[in-house]
Amino acid sequence: MTSLYEEVRGDQPGEVPVRRVSIRVNGVNRTADIEPRLLLAHFIRQGLRLTGTHVGCDTTNCGACTVLLDGKPAKSCTVLAVQADGHDVMTVEGMATASELDPIQEGFKDEHGLQCGFCTPGMMLSAKALLDENPNPTEDEIRWALSGNLCRCTGYQNIVKAVLWAAEKMRAQSGK
Amino acid sequence: MYPSRFNYESPKTIEEAIALLTKGNGEAKILAGGMSLIPMMKLRFASPEMLVDINNIPDLNYHRADADGTFHIGALCRHSDLEKSSILAQHQPTLAATAPLVADPIVRNRGTFVGSVCHADPQGDWASAMIALDGMIVAQGPKGRRTIAVRDFVTGPFQNVLASNEIAIEAIIPATKGIRFGGYLKLERRIGDFATAGVAVALELSGASVIRAGIGLTGVGSSTVNATDAAQSLVGSPLTSEAIERAADLAAQAAQPRSDHRGSAAYKKQVVRTFVVRILTEINSTKTKAA
Repeated sequence: MTSLYEEVRGDQPGEVPVRRVSIRVNGVNRTADIEPRLLLAHFIRQGLRLTGTHVGCDTTNCGACTVLLDGKPAKSCTVLAVQADGHDVMTVEGMATASELDPIQEGFKDEHGLQCGFCTPGMMLSAKALLDENPNPTEDEIRWALSGNLCRCTGYQNIVKAVLWAAEKMRAQSGK
Repeated sequence: MYPSRFNYESPKTIEEAIALLTKGNGEAKILAGGMSLIPMMKLRFASPEMLVDINNIPDLNYHRADADGTFHIGALCRHSDLEKSSILAQHQPTLAATAPLVADPIVRNRGTFVGSVCHADPQGDWASAMIALDGMIVAQGPKGRRTIAVRDFVTGPFQNVLASNEIAIEAIIPATKGIRFGGYLKLERRIGDFATAGVAVALELSGASVIRAGIGLTGVGSSTVNATDAAQSLVGSPLTSEAIERAADLAAQAAQPRSDHRGSAAYKKQVVRTFVVRILTEINSTKTKAA
């Protein structure tokens, strides 16, 4: 991995094509020299050591690696890190503050929306994008929005409940 | 999985992109949404020496209905833009029915309409809709622009007629002379899977009479199937149940599916037949309600 990701030190390997990128991750600007073939998922996990973003299938199917790219869910195993240059990325680590969980995280906890937890970061970020756009989704709309994220444990029922729970709490908080 | 090594370029203009493709001399690929290209590169089915990322070229992310009745979709228009588009819903029923069925919601955020047509996957949903609508692709190269009908654009699985230094910059759906009706149905084992079979229908009606018809079939041939006999059988008469059954039979005959883990060839033909009947019957009832 170190050959794919180097913190900026000024020296660049000669043979390998390298690009300098600046990506805002969870509100912090991260600058690095990377190979163009480095995937965003690996930039986040190995480069930034933010291991909440999981790589599941590595073939654009499962959605475990979902992050928000400029607020929209994207499968980070299928985006080159260079493509995120100058853009905003949000990972699961960006959801909670030091003292408080995001209502979506609370919902997953309260409604038992996870078992093994592998799909959970991706699920929660897809749910966040949905609730940002639609604060009062129906069960069908939630299932539709999460249909790119696969879960092999829960059967989805409690995930849907968790998102409904979060939506209600967020609506109550915003007084709507 | 990593792709093999490549040089990455992110031009700011179409001209600059074309110059890079010329320099790439057949070893460069255009990166738009990347939802097919990047997986293929990770699996090493594709190992281009250069990627020309067109995402930083301004003014390619649009779709619009022009006053002359044509509909235009730019090279960076994402599936999700179309899925949420009221303009599309208002003007293009076949495309509006297709948009929510492409891949899954996350992939739709990045994948592009034009990229999908260029990729020429026989399983591609948009290609069937474009065949049904007699759609066209506008390509720009060093010598200027040319317009290519989608039915001539795709030459085989994953193959199109673009020269190595041409970029598909826009898709155009021609104007209608009548009132447009259409639909798209797809059978998939789960969301995001490739189609077991898909059917796109585009009709133009004048009064009760069909004045133009197009039917495209997804996933039942080595490239998108243009069911011309089925479509032609509908033209010149109203959508009677006999006409619907006849078109469905002809569409099933045009399908050339192979038996695989998604179903037998006979089953897929039956799915095509059923979908044609469903879409045309639905159009018939919508039309009656509208009148």
